[in-house]
Amino acid sequence: MSLLEIRNLCVDFETVSGSFRAVDGVDLDIRETDILSIVGESGSGKSVSMLAVMGLLPWTAKITADKMEFEGHNLLTISNKARRNIIGRDIAMIFQEPMSSLNPCFTVGFQIAETLKQHLHLDRKARRKRTIELLDLVGIPAPEERIRAFPHQLSGGMCQRIMIAMAIACYPKLLIADEPTTALDVTIQAQIIDLLVNLQNETGMALVLITHDMGVVAETAKRVIVMYAGQQVEQQEVEGLFNSPRHPYTNALLNALPERSLDLDRLPTIEGVVPGAGDRPDGCLFSPRCKFVQDDCRANIPPLKSTGVNALRCFHPVDPGNLGI
Amino acid sequence: MSAAIEGRNLKRYYPVKDRGIFAKSSILKALDGASFSLESGKTLAIVGESGCGKSTLARLATMIEKPTEGNIFISGIDPHANNGAEISRLRQDIQMIFQDPYGSLNPRKKIGTIIEEPIVINRKMPAAERRNLAESMLSKVGLRPEHYDRYPHMFSGGQRQRIAIARALVLKPKILIADEPVSALDISIQAQVLNILMDLQEEMNLALVFISHDLSVVRRIADQIMVMYLGKVVEQGDAKMIFDNPSHPYTQALLGATPAVDPKLRRERVKLTGELPSPLNPPTGCAFHTRCRFVQDKCSTTAPKLEMQFERQVACHFAEIAMKN
Ligand SMILES: Nc1ncnc2c1ncn2[C@@H]1O[C@H](COP(=O)(O)OP(=O)(O)OP(=O)(O)O)[C@@H](O)[C@H]1O
Ligand SMILES: Nc1ncnc2c1ncn2[C@@H]1O[C@H](COP(=O)(O)OP(=O)(O)OP(=O)(O)O)[C@@H](O)[C@H]1O
Ligand code: SF4
Ligand code: SF4
Ligand SMILES: [Mg+2]
Ligand SMILES: [Mg+2]
Repeated sequence: MSLLEIRNLCVDFETVSGSFRAVDGVDLDIRETDILSIVGESGSGKSVSMLAVMGLLPWTAKITADKMEFEGHNLLTISNKARRNIIGRDIAMIFQEPMSSLNPCFTVGFQIAETLKQHLHLDRKARRKRTIELLDLVGIPAPEERIRAFPHQLSGGMCQRIMIAMAIACYPKLLIADEPTTALDVTIQAQIIDLLVNLQNETGMALVLITHDMGVVAETAKRVIVMYAGQQVEQQEVEGLFNSPRHPYTNALLNALPERSLDLDRLPTIEGVVPGAGDRPDGCLFSPRCKFVQDDCRANIPPLKSTGVNALRCFHPVDPGNLGI
Repeated sequence: MSAAIEGRNLKRYYPVKDRGIFAKSSILKALDGASFSLESGKTLAIVGESGCGKSTLARLATMIEKPTEGNIFISGIDPHANNGAEISRLRQDIQMIFQDPYGSLNPRKKIGTIIEEPIVINRKMPAAERRNLAESMLSKVGLRPEHYDRYPHMFSGGQRQRIAIARALVLKPKILIADEPVSALDISIQAQVLNILMDLQEEMNLALVFISHDLSVVRRIADQIMVMYLGKVVEQGDAKMIFDNPSHPYTQALLGATPAVDPKLRRERVKLTGELPSPLNPPTGCAFHTRCRFVQDKCSTTAPKLEMQFERQVACHFAEIAMKN
C-alpha cells in the first residue's frame, strides 16, 4: 500500500499580477522503503509541491488535488490537530538552509528534545537519552557535550546533521529532504547522503530527495520524477531515466551535463529559458524549446500518462534509438 | 615567450583577532605558497573545499590584494615591483567574474552602463563608439543589442552571468579569472554559459583561471588543475592525468565524493571522516593528516613538500602507496 498517494496536485499563488500556477498536475505514489528523487530546474515547483503535502504553504497558496492521502488520511480535509499528529512525526522534512531552520537562541539539544516532548511525550530523562542517541546516529562526535552547543558554534555540515537528527527523532515513515546538501562541500555532501541512505536502510522509512544534482540522483534514488515549469513531465526507475529518457526535456537536460559531453567540442544546450508566469505558451509548456515539437504540441496540452511506475507527459516521446544530440 | 600569468610562491596571510576577553591576534594563512604558470588560450582550474584559499588566490591574481610573500607576473611583468601606472595598465589585461549573478551587478544601472564601466574608467572613447562596443559584446554573449537600456532585475541568473562576462571581456583582456562562475546556475543554463566562456576564450585567446568546487565542470573545461587544502597546494598538473589517476589522498577523496551519473566515471567512495580543521589552527605536519586514510607517524610531524612525482606536483610522503590503492 502507498504511504503517500497524490493525484493531480495543483498549487496556485495569488499575486498582485493575478493567479500563478506553481504546481500543475503532480502524481505521486510513495511506498514504504522508497527512495524517490524529484529533479528539475529552479522554480519548477519541487519545493512547493512538498510544502503542500506538509501544509506549510502561506495562505496565498490555493491547493487542489483529486487525491492527497497519507496512510488513508485525507490531507486536504484533515483537521489541524490531526495534521499536527502526522506532520513532524510520521512525515518529517529537512530544508536546504540548516542555519535558518534551527533556532539560534536555543541549544541544539533543547531543540531536538522539544520535538521529542511534543510528539512522543517522553519524560526528561528519556528525552536526553534519545537526543544523545540521535546525535550519535547522525555521526556527531562527543554527543554528550554537543547537546549544549548553539547552532552558530557548529559548521554547516554539523548543522545539517542536527536537522537530520531532529527530523528522524520521532521515527518518521516518510522523510522529505529538500536540497539537503546544496550548501555543503562535496566531501561533506557525500557523508550526508550516505547517512540519509543508511538511515533509510536501517529504519525502512521512505525518502523523498529533492535535488538539482543529477549525480546524487543517479547514485541514490530508486525512482525519479522530473518537473518542468510546475508540471511533472516524466517518472521512471532511475536506470531507465538515465539510460533512456523518454521526455524531450529530460533528454536535453541530461545531455547538458558536463560529464556527458567530455568528447564533444561544446556542451549541448537547451535554447531559450523556462517560461515565467506571464509567458507560458499554449499547448505543451516545453514546445518553444523542444527539438521534437510538432504542430499538435502547440495546440494541445499533453496529459500525464501513467503505465506502472512510469509516467510521461508528451505527444512525441524520444525514441531510445534517437536521442537527438 | 613568457606566460600570460604566472604566480611564484604566492602567500597571503591575514591578521585576525580572536574573539574573547583577551583579544590576542593571530595569523590566518589563507594562501600558503602557490605557484603556477598559465599560457594564453589555456585553462587552469583551482579546486578544493570552502575556505581553502581559492578566492584569495584570485584576489592576488587580479591585483585586488598584494601578496604577503611571492610574486605575480602578468605577461612577464611584476606589477607590484613597478609604479602605480604600471599596475593600472596591467589591470586592463586581467578581468574577473564572480559567482553571484545577483549581487555582482549594480541594480540601479542600465546594462549598457554596466558593460561600459571598464571602458570609461580605463580608456578615453567617444560615447557612440563605447555603445557600439557594448552592443557587440551583448551579441557575443547571446543577448540582444536592445537589452542595452534594461536593468539587471529584468534578467535571469544565467543572463546576468552573461552580462558579467560581457563586462569582463569588453576591454579585450588577456586573462580572465572566473570565481565559481556557474555554481549558482541550473544545468541547462550552466551549459550555455560554459559554452560562451569556451567560445570567447578561443576567439580572444584568453588565459582562463577557473575556480570551482564542482569537479564535473572542471573535468570538462580545464587543461591544468591545482588542488588546494587549507591554503596549500596538494596536487597540481595536467587535468586529464590527475582526473584519471589522482595521486594525493585528498584529490582521491574529492574525486570519490563527486557523484557521477555515468557509473564508469564513478570512483570508489573514499570516506573522509571528520570535518575540515580550523584554518587558524591547522594540523601540524601534513595538514591533511587528521583525515587521511594513508596517514603514518611521519605525517603529523613533517610537512610534505610539493614535488614532481608521477609527472605532476604532489605534496605527500606516501603518494606511491596512495597511487596503488
Ligand atoms: N509564497 C509564494 N508566493 C508566490 N509564488 C511562490 C511562492 N513560493 C514559491 N513561489 C513560486 O512558485 C514556483 C515554484 O517554486 P519552488 O520553490 O517550488 O521551486 P523549486 O523547484 O523548489 O526551485 P529551486 O530549485 O530554486 O528550489 C516559483 O516560480 C516560485 O517563484
Ligand atoms: N580579509 C580576510 N581576513 C581574514 N581572513 C580571511 C580574509 N579573506 C579570507 N579569509 C580566510 O582565508 C581563508 C581562505 O578564504 P577564501 O575566500 O580564499 O576561500 P575559498 O577557497 O574561496 O572558499 P569558498 O569555496 O568558500 O569560496 C578562509 O579561512 C577565510 O575565512
Ligand atoms: S509534447 Fe511535443 S513539444 Fe512537448 S515535449 Fe513532447 S514532443 Fe516536445
Ligand atoms: S603526507 Fe601523510 S597524511 Fe599527508 S596526504 Fe600523504 S599520507 Fe596522507
Ligand atoms: Mg526548492
Ligand atoms: Mg571563494
